[in-house]
Amino acid sequence: MFEVVIGLEVHVQLNTKTKLFCSCPTSFNHKQNTNTCPTCLALPGALPVFNKEVLHKAIMFGTAIDATVNKTSYFDRKSYFYPDSPSAYQITQLYTPVVEHGKLRIDFENGSHKIIRINRAHIEADAGKNIHEGDISKVDLNRAGTPLLEIVSEPDMRSAEEAVLYLKKLHAIVRYLDISDANMQEGSFRVDVNVSIRPKGDEKLYTRVEIKNINSFRFIQKAIELEVARQVEAWEDGTYKDEIVQETRLFDQTKQETRSMRGKEEAADYRYFPEPDLLKAVISDEMMALYSKIPELPDEKMERFIKEYGMSEYNASVITSSVEMAKYFEDMMDEGISAKNATTWLTVELQGRLKGDMNITNTHVDAKKLGLLVKRIEDGTISGKAAKEVLDKLVEENLDVDGVIDALGLKQVSDTGALEAICDEIINANQEKVAEYRGGKDKLFGFFVGQAMKASKGSANPQTINEILKAKLG
Amino acid sequence: MITLKEALKLSSKELEDLKANLASEIAKHPELNAYIDVNNVGSGVPIAVKDNIQVKDWSITSGSKILQGYIAPYNATVIEKMLKAGLSPFGRTNMDEFAMGSTTESSCYGKTLNPHNADCVPGGSSGGSAAAVAAGLAIAALGSDTGGSIRQPASFCGIVGMKPTYGRVSRYGLGAYASSLDQIGPMTQNVEDAAILYDIISGHDEKDSTSADMNDKVSDKLNPARKLRIATLPKYIEHASQDVKDAYSKAIEALKNAGHTIVEKELLDAKYDISAYYITATAEATTNLARYDGIRYGRRAECKDLKELFINSRSEGFGEEVKRRILLGNFVLSSGYYDAYYVKAQKVRHIIKDEYAKVFEDVDLILSPVAPTTANRFGSLSNPIEMYLSDIYTISVNLAGLPALSLPICKSAKGMPVGLQLIAKAYDEQTLFDGALSLEKEINYKG
Repeated sequence: MFEVVIGLEVHVQLNTKTKLFCSCPTSFNHKQNTNTCPTCLALPGALPVFNKEVLHKAIMFGTAIDATVNKTSYFDRKSYFYPDSPSAYQITQLYTPVVEHGKLRIDFENGSHKIIRINRAHIEADAGKNIHEGDISKVDLNRAGTPLLEIVSEPDMRSAEEAVLYLKKLHAIVRYLDISDANMQEGSFRVDVNVSIRPKGDEKLYTRVEIKNINSFRFIQKAIELEVARQVEAWEDGTYKDEIVQETRLFDQTKQETRSMRGKEEAADYRYFPEPDLLKAVISDEMMALYSKIPELPDEKMERFIKEYGMSEYNASVITSSVEMAKYFEDMMDEGISAKNATTWLTVELQGRLKGDMNITNTHVDAKKLGLLVKRIEDGTISGKAAKEVLDKLVEENLDVDGVIDALGLKQVSDTGALEAICDEIINANQEKVAEYRGGKDKLFGFFVGQAMKASKGSANPQTINEILKAKLG
Repeated sequence: MITLKEALKLSSKELEDLKANLASEIAKHPELNAYIDVNNVGSGVPIAVKDNIQVKDWSITSGSKILQGYIAPYNATVIEKMLKAGLSPFGRTNMDEFAMGSTTESSCYGKTLNPHNADCVPGGSSGGSAAAVAAGLAIAALGSDTGGSIRQPASFCGIVGMKPTYGRVSRYGLGAYASSLDQIGPMTQNVEDAAILYDIISGHDEKDSTSADMNDKVSDKLNPARKLRIATLPKYIEHASQDVKDAYSKAIEALKNAGHTIVEKELLDAKYDISAYYITATAEATTNLARYDGIRYGRRAECKDLKELFINSRSEGFGEEVKRRILLGNFVLSSGYYDAYYVKAQKVRHIIKDEYAKVFEDVDLILSPVAPTTANRFGSLSNPIEMYLSDIYTISVNLAGLPALSLPICKSAKGMPVGLQLIAKAYDEQTLFDGALSLEKEINYKG
């Protein structure tokens, strides 16, 4: 039996207004090479100036993962030639990173937990982008110099599932802190996976293989499973030593395989040394105090939801898994509705109706609308069944809740006078059954309710009918 | 040639005539090759600019083929400050490629001659700036000093050259050689002009993170009458030639006559300076020069693919000395060698700093040679090591980040200028200029 050993490196693009070492904007989707200046183009004589906003975000992250935040950290040059790296060295933090020794809790569906240690998080500059068009290659340096936080875990994960749970939790934390857009498709949350296997019980680490830049949680899971299978097969075939080498592999989603990216003969020597153009990055006591006050994180929010709303641990973890979902839920709760209904209508009814690119942040149905819809069920205006019809309409078009209820004629009759008349009619018409019921045949109560609802053509509020019948039948 | 102090009083009409005259004089002496070309910005007092300081819309190439065709799109901070103070960048001066050299022979534009003797080097790397001022073809010039590149050519050409404290003058816009050692400084006809130009170019710059947050000026309070304690280095000068030793004795006498107190001190053997310097400087240089890859600007070589683009552009674009230092820098940073070389060099650098600090507990200034000899003849330094060794008196000042000023003392038996330098403690430019002015007056050197 084998044990899988996984460590993860995540590059999180920080959402600062300007780049790490110059005042160019970090915005996406501008014309190529327009968000550039002498510094991020590495023109002769240009110098970097550290953007302190990056430090603020690093403090927040370090606080969130219960890490040591170094009041003094240093920058280093990492040398390699590549067209999208203008200075041919990346400014990073090798020797003393800003954040060290953190930890993050992952939650399994069965309610158990595990702590994953985080070795470090360091600040570094992003590269530009190479664009290949047939015979020519172009370089776009708009992204060059965008601040990254590289978050490096210890090799503490033992399955693809654990790796994905870690990544989802990390993603949620980064979003809760609002230090990054963390958009995997746009590359602002990039994952490199280190995978190795070892016989169960063995303590030492075997050859690790790195899989680079996989842009969805699903693909990460798949890539790990494929890579583990490759390594296990090699071990069992006795070819482990030859086939499994320390290298970088790419995940090919069409072919469903990982394959070698560069040979080990090109193993790079990055020739790190301290960056002489920058001073040390110093965190003042004031800065530390200010930015270590962070918003409520997923774990805390989850515990609060369980306590405050009596939610199940599972529901609470689903709701808090993303900051958008948690915010949506809390906005719904402002309508004074039950947490159970809010959860169901958000996670089952609404999410079940969102197709394609639609999600809770771009649908017509904002939290206020959905909250109101649930409120209309709870106050007896409409039935749950009717509410589903209303929601169908609301997802399609930007309409208001009460307007749709009226337009579809779904309002329940809760007027006691009208309903009492209906009930009296039913009682009069069924005197025998009334006698049986009064004689102890409790089951017949449902018959009367059914008759009354039928008579009202379904528009009666069942709750009210219940109450009236109970009173009249004694 | 009119001094900078005088030129600052000229009317714009007079300045226009002066510039026209200068341009025609420069054109009359092409053999000197102090200037690469002569352009002008603005209507101020003309100042020659070393080819590694960015002037907007000028071709700025650091004396290298690899930057052929590159037009600087922005001004260095020193240029901005000069323009604001009524000075004009006027002409681009020759230099050793990427400021790596002590002779200006490694420029892709060919060698510059020493105005005192056409068979001799002007020194380097700011040889063009020194020769221009010495030949009367510039009122003053900017140079850059990483291991002596202002002071040594100033000494070889008989002018004043000053390296400010590291952090006094912004490096923004200076094509980098070694980031932790580079400083831009004035090269002038006399000490007072050096103080005036230093005042103009110095001061805090938020574009340079290593810039000191200090803006104090010196030229309005120069005081040569101050009586100072000045250290001499009897052991240190043993390696110098007789010409230099004679100049040293002469300077000591002059300082005594001017009422200063002379005390004898010792510094660490200079051989450690050489090692620490060439490891630190080349490590930084190898990364600073990595951006010259042929991708975005400068000269791109013929190539079939990306790898060839890098290799051919850099192989063809860089000269021998630059390649040597890139290789050396890569070597000392390589995995397995980093601790043995780079880390150790930084320790030595600290020791050197501490040594100076100790001396400065007792004295205001140190008197030191600039170079072991006067200007050597072209081609006389037969190998790189010999050239590196000729830097022994200048590089520790850069390693310690101190201010120093080289001024001419006398001429050698063969009629070549001999300069000496005064060294002050960090940020004490005032004392440096006061002492230098006093020595200049007492010596009364006539070029």
